Order: sequence, then structure tokens, then C-alpha cells
Amino acid sequence: MRTGPGDTGADVASQRSGADVANERSGDGPLLDVRDLDVFLPAPSGPVRIIDRVSFTVDAGRTTGLIGESGSGKTMTAMAVIGLLPQGAVTRGGLWWRGENLLTAGPRRRRRVRGREIAMIFQDPLASLNPSQTVGRQVTEIPRRDGMSRRELTATAAELLGRVGIPEPARRASNYPHQFSGGMRQRAMTALALAGKPRLILADEPTTALDVTVQARILDMLRNLREQENTAMVLVSHDLRVMAHVADDLVVMYAGRVCERGPARDLLRRPLHPYTKALVESVPAVHTKTAIAAPLPGSPANPAQRPSGCAFHPRCPLTRVMADDGAAAHERCRTEEPEVLEVAPGRWSGCHFAGVLHDERSSTRVAGRNGTGPDTATTTEEEERP
Amino acid sequence: MTEHPTGLSIRDLRVTFGGGRRLLGAGAPPVTAVAGVDLDVAPDETVAVVGESGSGKTTVARCVVGLVRPDSGTLSYDGTPLGPVRGRPAEIQRAIQMVFQDPRSSLNPRMTAGAIIREAWQAHPAAAPAGDQHAAVRDLLEEVGLDGGVARRRPAELSGGQCQRISIARALALRPRLLVCDEAVSALDVSVQAQILRLLVDLTREHGLSLLFISHDLGVVRQIADRIAVMRSGEIVETAATEDLYRSPQHPYTRMLLDAALDLEVAET
Repeated sequence: MRTGPGDTGADVASQRSGADVANERSGDGPLLDVRDLDVFLPAPSGPVRIIDRVSFTVDAGRTTGLIGESGSGKTMTAMAVIGLLPQGAVTRGGLWWRGENLLTAGPRRRRRVRGREIAMIFQDPLASLNPSQTVGRQVTEIPRRDGMSRRELTATAAELLGRVGIPEPARRASNYPHQFSGGMRQRAMTALALAGKPRLILADEPTTALDVTVQARILDMLRNLREQENTAMVLVSHDLRVMAHVADDLVVMYAGRVCERGPARDLLRRPLHPYTKALVESVPAVHTKTAIAAPLPGSPANPAQRPSGCAFHPRCPLTRVMADDGAAAHERCRTEEPEVLEVAPGRWSGCHFAGVLHDERSSTRVAGRNGTGPDTATTTEEEERP
Repeated sequence: MTEHPTGLSIRDLRVTFGGGRRLLGAGAPPVTAVAGVDLDVAPDETVAVVGESGSGKTTVARCVVGLVRPDSGTLSYDGTPLGPVRGRPAEIQRAIQMVFQDPRSSLNPRMTAGAIIREAWQAHPAAAPAGDQHAAVRDLLEEVGLDGGVARRRPAELSGGQCQRISIARALALRPRLLVCDEAVSALDVSVQAQILRLLVDLTREHGLSLLFISHDLGVVRQIADRIAVMRSGEIVETAATEDLYRSPQHPYTRMLLDAALDLEVAET
């Protein structure tokens, strides 16, 4: 039995401990349980907490999406899970992998987990594949280290490449990465991740560099893998459209913190954080006519200069609606850092006014009232009604 | 209105890359990037060119601003032929300005935002403001939604969205009539994309600018374009008024692109 997530003293941990602790050892506990994870990176002016008390879980066979813009910490969170943080990074909190805290595990154990239990598909397949080795050799690195015979390796390479949908896999295994197209490289990266038979695959922006037609095929492939192999997946992306099609659960991040998490469909339909809501509204629709969304002011906050209170408050449309006397932001948003609380079953939000979003079906209008652009654009929803 | 403005006109544009003769042997075969493109952008009009990577859409844009010399075909603006950028009359050079995809790498990192804008006037003294240039820079920055203090900052101190605003201000400094935007919002965070799109739309309205908007994003293009040209393998397979294209795509390739494009599908049903 594990001894609990360590005394981080934060409220968030105790909020969710009961049920989680109970099913820890039973098979249906979460595969991965990230609890109050902090990551500090060294900087000239002292360590910067780029990941700030991030918590979420990943269940077997499910896909969890980490979504956020630049500086949100989504990639860094994935790097913490796989154990490839930059030199000098300091971690705190819990990274519970099937009952074992990886943050306190030794380097040997972490290396063993990496690749064989948790694998990662990196963002840029061209930069992550070795240009001087055949694709077949690279995808069979783990079985080779395990002492598999040459003939078996050849068969395994073809089998792995076949599983990710590469045509003529036996012939293609002898190709070098530059002979592959972008989509094929992404498939090869996935085959490489599958080689160690991991239970969890982390995929960092796996489709960002690809054309839409290729993107759709890669997403299909990832979905099939999940169904056939029951592999859990953490998908890191800034692309809400991709998330909506692949993720079962979503974690929305901003400035190194979690804004909101919950089941993907529900969360995208009824966001319980103004940031999620703004993100959803800012995605231009392809299949319906929409106006340009009311833009949020400013740029995504930098974790090194995280605003006080709620990190989103300087850009938040809701805080201005809630403020009295025409103040720029509600006092509470400016001064009090929100906790991520379960505001509806399965729905966690780090907004002081999540209840307002939850109660009001007319919430679109509340947030939309505050166009900060030259004129207030109508929201996607309103625009669609003829 | 001047003479009889007809805007941009592209006829049978062809561009091939590579295939240069090597010392021994033939070298790599030339790649046809643009294979006979006809396209017009009327004054006040926003025309989008969409297509996947390698379709030739960026090459068309680069020909328009004179960064790529076409093999054959004609380009003209209001009837004036467009050759390579150095051969163009200053008046035409000014009239057509470009905004690039990655605002950070297209701005000189060693110059302040103000110097970047003023440099455009050094190249084109005819467009320089009569009075105080610093005041004119402040006005331009304000017009693109930036604080005047940004003039003293360098690109590294600014966010991606702010840098893209600087690129737009630099283009506006020359009072252009056609703005060529090559994936101008693709590299920006989604919450910032809407700001820049809105800015572009407002500017086109206020200045009567026309826009040649190169993009792979079928959602963004639907929001801002009057007409859309779909490119594949160097050819335009279909051109249509924006809503017609989405409601009844004629070419099988357009239909395939639209089918592959994802939506959030969270709108109320």
C-alpha cells in the first residue's frame, strides 16, 4: 500500500482523496494519478514554478487531453510524467503510476518505466527520429535490447509498422526517415512507442504539423489503437478540434495551472471556466457560418510572471461582469487564488464564479457582453441561429 | 478612386523550382510549384487561397510580392505589370505589402518596434510622414491596438500576437492597397488569432484594402474571405464565393478537404 500523496498541505488533495484511495489497489483505480504536481525551473531571478499544483487522473483505455496555449505547461506536464524534464528542474507532489510515486522512484526504475510502461510520441517526428538509421531498426530498439534474434526483429518491425497503418511494412522498414512523408513519420513514431507495449502513451501535438486529410487519418489510427490495445493515452494539444474528436477527458491549462477538467464532451459543451469558454468560442467553425469571436484581450500569461489571484483574471470577461462599480476585475479574482473544486459531478473548475457559469444557461451572453475588441462580436452560438 | 482600379490580376502563372544543371548529370528533376494559375483580387476584396502543404499557395503569394520570379505568366496591379520586386516602380512596391506567418522570425530581433516601422519609410521616402516620425509610429501602433510604449521594445520582449501587430503596422506604414497574408494567424495562440483576424478585417474596411489571404484553415477563411480559391498540386481546382464553396463544393478535392476538416461539434443541436 502506498502512503498517500505526501503532505503537500494543499486543499485540493484532500478534496479528492476519499474515493481515490479506496480503489487504489483494485484494478479500476486510475492508471496515472497526478496530484498537486509542481515543477520548478531554474531562472536567473530564482526558480520559477512553471507547473503549479496540477492534478488529474488517467484511466486505463481512456484518452485524456491536456489543452492549453503557449506557456500553459501542457508539454512540461507530459515531460514530468515521462521523466524527461530539463536539467535543473525540481518536482514536488505526486506522480502516482499504478500505486507507485514516480517522483520518488530511482533513476533506474524511471528508465524502466519509460518506454515499457509509459511511452511518448514527440511533437516533431523528423527531429525525434534518427536520420542515419532505418525506421525498422529504430522501432525495434526495445526488443533488440531484450535480446531478440535478428529474424524476429525483422518480423517485429514489419508487424509494428503494419499496426500503425504503414503500407508494405516489410519493405518500408528498410527505409530511412527522410523517405517517409510527414504522416508516415508520425505513424513510425507511434510504432516506436508501441514497441515497448506501454500501458500509457503520451502524444505531444501529434497532428499539429500535418495537413487536414493526413491529420484525420492519424487521429483514426490513434483511436483504433486505443480500442484494440486498450492503451491509455495523454494527448497534448492546443487544437480543440482534435481534442473534441479524440479525448474522453480534458484538462484545460493556463499559466501552469489547471483551469478546468472533466469529461470532454460535457466540458466543451458547457465550459465551467471562462477561459475554456473563450477557447471554445474562438475556434472558427468550418461547417457552419460564424463571425469572428469576440477576442480576449492580451496574450496568454507567462508562468514566470503569473498574475495575482486567478492567473486568468486580467483577460477574463466574467470577472469584469462580476465586478462592482465598473472595476477592471472582481476583487476576489484579483487577490484570491482559486482552488480547483468539483462544482458538478465529475466537473472540476478553478473559477471563483464557476457556479454562475453552471447555473446560467444564458452564460454565453454574460461573457459575451464584454467584447474588448473594437466592437462586440456575437458569439458562435448566437450567430448560428438563422 | 484612382483611374480605373482593377486590383490584382494573375494570368497563367507558372513556377518551377530546382532542376538547375549540375556539372555532371542532370541533377534533380525540377518541381512544378505553380502550374498555370489565374486569380483576381478586386479592390476592397478579400480573397483566400486554401490548400494543403505543397499545393503552391505560398509560392503564388511570393510571386505577387515579387520574392519569387515566375517562369511564365503575367501579374499586374491596376494594369501595371509586376516584375521582380527590384524592377517594380516604387509606387507599386508600396502598394503591395506582405505579412508573414511567423512574426518573430520576420522581424529584425536587433531593432526596436519603432525602428522596424521607420525602416519602411527609409526604403520608401515618398510614403514617409511629413511631420514627426515618432508621432506617426505611435499613431500606427495605436491603430493596430498597441500601446505607444511598444515602440521602444524589441521583438523578443513582445508576445507573438504583439509581434504580428508590429508586422501589420510596418505594412500599413506604406499605405498599401493590397495586403498579402501568408498564414498570418496560424502560428498564434487561438485566443490571440481572433484579435488579429478582427484587426485585419477592420483595417481592410477602414482603408479599403484588399487582402490576399493564404491559409490552410478552412474555418478562419470562412470568417473573413469574400471569395476562396482552392489549390492542389500547383493548380486552382475551384474558385467560388465563400458561402457557395461551403454550401455546394463543386470539385471532388474541395469536398474531400471539407469532409476531412474537423469541427468542435459542440454547438447546440
